[in-house]
Amino acid sequence: MMDHRDVMLPLSLRTLATRTLLLLVIASAVSCSSLPPEDGIRVVSAEKRIDLTGPIVKVFLTLKVENAPTASEASRVLLAFTPTEVQHLSIVKATRAEGKRKKKAFVPLSIEPSELATTAPDAPRLYSVLLSTPLKPGDATTLEVLYMLTHSLEPFPAEISQSESQLVYYRDSAVLLSPYHVLEQVTYIKMPSNRIESFTRVDPTTRAGSEVKYGTYNNQMPNSYLPILVHYENNRPFAVVEELVRKVEISHWGNIQITEQYKLKRHVLNHKGVFSRLEYQSRPSVSGASSFKNLLVRLPPRVHSVYYRDEIGNISSSHLRTNSHKSELEIEPRYPLFGGWHCTFTIGYGLPLQDFVFESVDGRRYINLTFGCPLLDTVVDDLTVKVVLPEGSKNPQPVVPFVTEKHLETSYSYLDVVGRTTVVLKKKNVVGEHNVPFQVYYEFNPIFMLAEPLMLISAVLLFFVAFIAYLHMDLSIRKSS
Amino acid sequence: MAPPALDSLPAPLRSLRLKTKQQELLLRVSALALIYVLAFAVRLFSVLRYESMIHEFDPYFNYRTTLFLTENGFSEFWNWFDSESWYPLGRVVGGTLFPGLMVTAALLHRLLRALSLAVHIREVCVLTAPFFAANTTLVAYAFGREIWDSGAGLVAAALIAIVPGYISRSVAGSYDNEGVAIFALLLTFYLFVRAVNTGSLAWALASAFGYFYMVSAWGGYVFIINLIPLYVLVLLVTGRYSQRLYVAYNCMYVLGMLLAMQIRFVGFQHVQSGEHMAAMGVFFLLQVFFFLDWVQYLLNDARLFKSFLRITLTCVITVGALALGIGTASGYISPWTGRFYSLLDPTYAKDHIPIIASVSEHQPTAWSSFMFDFHILLFLFPAGLYFCFKRLSDATIFIVMYGLTSMYFAGVMVRLILVAAPAVCLISAIAASATIKNLTTLIRTKSRSPQTTSGKTTGSKAAAKGAVDQSLPFQHNAAIALLLGAFYLLSRYAIHCTWVTSEAYSSPSIVLAARGHNGGRVIFDDYREAYYWLRQNTPPDAKIMSWWDYGYQITAMGNRTVIVDNNTWNNTHIATVGRAMSSYEDEAYEIMQSLDVNYVLVVFGGVTGYSSDDINKFLWMVRIGGGVFPVIKEPDYLVNGEYRIDKGAAPKMLNCLMYKLCYYRFGELTTEYGKPPGYDRVRGVEIGNKDIKLEYLEEAFTTSNWIVRIYKVKPPKNRS
Repeated sequence: MMDHRDVMLPLSLRTLATRTLLLLVIASAVSCSSLPPEDGIRVVSAEKRIDLTGPIVKVFLTLKVENAPTASEASRVLLAFTPTEVQHLSIVKATRAEGKRKKKAFVPLSIEPSELATTAPDAPRLYSVLLSTPLKPGDATTLEVLYMLTHSLEPFPAEISQSESQLVYYRDSAVLLSPYHVLEQVTYIKMPSNRIESFTRVDPTTRAGSEVKYGTYNNQMPNSYLPILVHYENNRPFAVVEELVRKVEISHWGNIQITEQYKLKRHVLNHKGVFSRLEYQSRPSVSGASSFKNLLVRLPPRVHSVYYRDEIGNISSSHLRTNSHKSELEIEPRYPLFGGWHCTFTIGYGLPLQDFVFESVDGRRYINLTFGCPLLDTVVDDLTVKVVLPEGSKNPQPVVPFVTEKHLETSYSYLDVVGRTTVVLKKKNVVGEHNVPFQVYYEFNPIFMLAEPLMLISAVLLFFVAFIAYLHMDLSIRKSS
Repeated sequence: MAPPALDSLPAPLRSLRLKTKQQELLLRVSALALIYVLAFAVRLFSVLRYESMIHEFDPYFNYRTTLFLTENGFSEFWNWFDSESWYPLGRVVGGTLFPGLMVTAALLHRLLRALSLAVHIREVCVLTAPFFAANTTLVAYAFGREIWDSGAGLVAAALIAIVPGYISRSVAGSYDNEGVAIFALLLTFYLFVRAVNTGSLAWALASAFGYFYMVSAWGGYVFIINLIPLYVLVLLVTGRYSQRLYVAYNCMYVLGMLLAMQIRFVGFQHVQSGEHMAAMGVFFLLQVFFFLDWVQYLLNDARLFKSFLRITLTCVITVGALALGIGTASGYISPWTGRFYSLLDPTYAKDHIPIIASVSEHQPTAWSSFMFDFHILLFLFPAGLYFCFKRLSDATIFIVMYGLTSMYFAGVMVRLILVAAPAVCLISAIAASATIKNLTTLIRTKSRSPQTTSGKTTGSKAAAKGAVDQSLPFQHNAAIALLLGAFYLLSRYAIHCTWVTSEAYSSPSIVLAARGHNGGRVIFDDYREAYYWLRQNTPPDAKIMSWWDYGYQITAMGNRTVIVDNNTWNNTHIATVGRAMSSYEDEAYEIMQSLDVNYVLVVFGGVTGYSSDDINKFLWMVRIGGGVFPVIKEPDYLVNGEYRIDKGAAPKMLNCLMYKLCYYRFGELTTEYGKPPGYDRVRGVEIGNKDIKLEYLEEAFTTSNWIVRIYKVKPPKNRS
């Protein structure tokens, strides 16, 4: 991971130079909100596949881009998003296919928000995909882009009763929003079931079962946008963790204690009127189709001392299944969550130290953990990861593969005198794709491990000494007869 | 461990006597330490079985206030006006509670925090009662040593550590005033007896502070302030008056009274309330006695003194009676409260105060619960009384009086078994210890008759006794048999206590456990499910109406405003809720509108067979409601004096709000195989009204086992 960062730095520096140049060129073009491709790039063919089966919108883009023979070398390709999309954008990944046929390999590319064209409020926001090797004039390459949008499904009707199923709107464009000229483009929208209430027709539009195909469209001008609206049934539980605080406490006596505080909301739509337990119990499949009963938490193997509770006590409905590869905790909130209902709870577990804390080559130690939320299929609006290092550790340095807000604080626990250094990482809009390892490096002298036991030993010793002294002393002023 | 070993090293030639004394000390200290640990550990069943949680009803209020105290500090707590309960009246919490328990827990919490132990206040609250129970064993040891000897003290400590009567109120999680108060009660008594025995001002002062702690912790302090004057009076009457008594009582009473006035809830009751007047009377009587004593010493003439006595006594009695009469008539001295009356006359509450009578723990005690809570102590108690009378002293008179009065109160009210438990333990300990001591001396003198040189404490006595008893045949064997019998009884006691603790007294009553079909444990966590639902999914200012039993829990766990709660200070308000529950829906709607009620919560056991539900409590609602609002009449809900819910039930019963809310849509549910739908498993009948329509309320939430049902009160219709 360290290497990765080192590579990134000069790359971004290199682009910085070109960017400042470009800014001058583009500044005039912004006012008309259509951005001329500054280099000769155009999209030869584009395929956009939108996956609407879950609560998170996943979009797969396959772009075949070509650099005009007359233009200069291109070191990056721009992607455009609408401002609302940017707000809900949780992750963007791009890969580039390199090599021919059997030797074909996908090389991950780094992406950074581009400062271009952000002055106009409605203008598309641009992201630059930084190419590992510049695209020579006349060359073509294929980019695979994946991005995810959270909170992009709007329920309609906004309130449903217990037995109704949940219908949502999804808005997008039939054609690819791109700063480049698009020669040929097609959009597929995949829905979870055949129940599609309506969809906007932008000919040619075809529907096959649960899939709607828009296109093929030819020769689209840059920044063209054809709004479409899809209204369909989505009964997948929309669990949204509004806030998650993961606290990782490291003890060099052999344990890592993780405490996760969840603030969960059954999102988007509101529950209307009556909740009838009778209907919920007698017809579970019909009634409360969009409510959810249980959640699955994927924990590391060899997990121990798992608990599941909230502010008023243990919640007795949970099951833990462990095997050598993974542990799964199935939890059930105290009550079934219907639209707009909240629920908060805490999960805690211990992990063996040797599975997660290692010593690096330079003598420092580091903890290697997964960043995101262990709950499957959920969106975390606001994630805070706190790594509480043992007392006496120095120079903490977190290494996270994406941008997070970082700061240090001090926390106190049992028998702490100077307090423990705590690394706090914050990130918004976290989805399952963020469940990647991250590291925190720190320096720790094992002698500090003995501080607390020695304190206890001396306290007990003092107690005994005081007792012995008391028995051997005569404190009475007057001798009793 | 350390002292004997250390001693033996530098001075191996110490006398044998000192060594046995130290061994005895070691034995005593380790036995006490074991008892201490046992008393704590035996109360942890509920934590192991369930979890570290607060039990029952009142402890939730105590927990909530403690939380408030730790978060906002003492002065905020002292001036706390709680608008979340008794809506719209509110409650001046700081002035209407005994703060001792909360302050104790908050101090313990702060101490632990200062020692950098990061414990949550909940854990402190849960373990406060076991901790104080363990401390009580130490006090019992000291008390036993004071009234008899250290052997009796040890036995008393062991007995009290596991006596079910005390455990019932001091298991982990039972965070109630009594948990601390029994410790304070016994401590006050011990310090007072010690003060009487020594005549020392220091002990009297200590007992005044013990009394202050007791007053700050529990309303049961009234027992102390009446028992101690009674004791002093008895000593006076039996001619046991002494300077020691004078010092002890005066110091304890005056200081204790002044200190107790610092508690806002108690205030000036010590000089204004009828319940405290006995203490004041005895105080003045003691002064008169002292004065007379002094006059007698001055006069030195029996005849003259007799006439003087006559004059003074009549004067004093008239003045006293006059003062009391004027005080009572002018209203300066308040008459006895209903609770006090109901203690003296067990039938009083039933006729006059239904709200006291409706609480199960205020019922007169059944014989079985005496047996259950005291086991062999019930037989040892009279034996102990015999021993006490045999060796009468100031201290034994006290314990006898404490034992007898508290036994009477225990008979009047179930919950007061708790107060009797320490006395019963102490007196029984005297019996057990004295008997075993006698038996062992018998055995030892017999076997050790040739070598009785080592000056035992009881050596001469035992030798004399041995000489007398030499004539009895099989004495040695009989003694061994009796000893074995005593140990058998004591071991049965230990087994019984453990069994009772684990089976009967360790259930949090907020989580219900039952055996499933396959023998596994099934947990009904419906209460917390409902309270947490309220907490998360209702507006923060929602007002919840329920019967008062659940008020404390709703405010503590649900964090919502309630109309009435377990602090039954306003009978009319409770009666209003009772009236709403027993009216027709439209009438109830008007009452609920006037109280701004948003949600109504009822507890219903018909699905699971949970018998302490609102339908079973319903007649009390009718009675309490009817006590204030004569429109509610109990016979309207009964059929020929019988309480029924099936087809033959009274029409008013079938259509009142409580019935509707409990049985709404219950008629469509099949609860038991082979029974018609709508079969109530608690009452064992099919319900009488299966077609319930709600007009002004709608079902908002029902827990998974239907135990708690919450209804939303619809807003008023628009005028058309």
